[in-house]
Amino acid sequence: MNFSVLQFPASNCDQDAVHAVRLLGHSARLVWHKDASLGDTDCVIVPGGFSYGDYLRCGAIARFSPVMQAVKQFADNGGLVLGICNGFQVLTEAGLLPGALIRNRDLQFHCENIFLKTATPDSPFTSQIPAGKILRVPIAHGEGCYFADEETLAKLKANNQILWQYCDANGNLTDTANPNGALQNIAGICNEKRNVAGLMPHPERACEPLLGSDDGKWIFESIFAVLKNKTVAAAA
Amino acid sequence: MLADFSWCDTPFRMKAKIIITPKKAVLDPQGKTVQTALEHMGYTGVTGVHIGKYIEIDLAPGTDKAAAHAAINDAAHKLLSNPIIEDYKLEIE
Repeated sequence: MNFSVLQFPASNCDQDAVHAVRLLGHSARLVWHKDASLGDTDCVIVPGGFSYGDYLRCGAIARFSPVMQAVKQFADNGGLVLGICNGFQVLTEAGLLPGALIRNRDLQFHCENIFLKTATPDSPFTSQIPAGKILRVPIAHGEGCYFADEETLAKLKANNQILWQYCDANGNLTDTANPNGALQNIAGICNEKRNVAGLMPHPERACEPLLGSDDGKWIFESIFAVLKNKTVAAAA
Repeated sequence: MLADFSWCDTPFRMKAKIIITPKKAVLDPQGKTVQTALEHMGYTGVTGVHIGKYIEIDLAPGTDKAAAHAAINDAAHKLLSNPIIEDYKLEIE
């Protein structure tokens, strides 16, 4: 599988994403923000960082870059897109995902390991996560508090678009386990078509035991499984 | 012939002023923190603090005011503010 990892000025998790994909046995390459084409791509990763210095609002400027026009088209055609941290912010600003990410409720930057509960296995990003498995992955953000108006939130729930929620070690969705004040402990969501997802935590930083956890790999394994099925279906 | 006013451009400067504030339903932890600080300092009667942004855009002299208003209104909606979480007010002077 070929992964394209976008690279904006001040992206800083781009290399981590490339590393994680390669470590898990697939190919990945960086795509510069000024490139208007993604080339031969099976999945796009919009990585973490501080694209364009986070000026104005996180992700607000990145949204207008040439590469994001290509990503929009790729997503419109059903391509898989995963936004991590700043990448999640970019996707919401671009309108590819509903809602917005605002300042953490305690105004602090949080850099720590958290626990994630997978709300549904029904998505290309969660299908291979073992049932009941609580993922331990790091977060590193100052503006990760997920917000959406009531109508949008109701739609997210009705369509099963909430993918991950912050929880404690036992899987309880408590307020103390919520690091940023996100509505309904939301850590990650997908679009209605289920081919675009975003999450604030960093699965790419938790794909090998050396880094303290390899729980993040399940998210990538889910993507690989879907792409593999697609390839098999296309060949048949 | 137009008079040369290049030595003094102040009276002819046009500016767009955009005030961006968080929507009422959106959590505003900065506003809340400042409100608490004001209360601790003894300022009474404060019922809310909302912290937003102020953006000033310089416009070329002679710009058509109505056209500028329409263009900047569009920009405020697309880029300068995020309508999901923010409201804005636009003035052109």
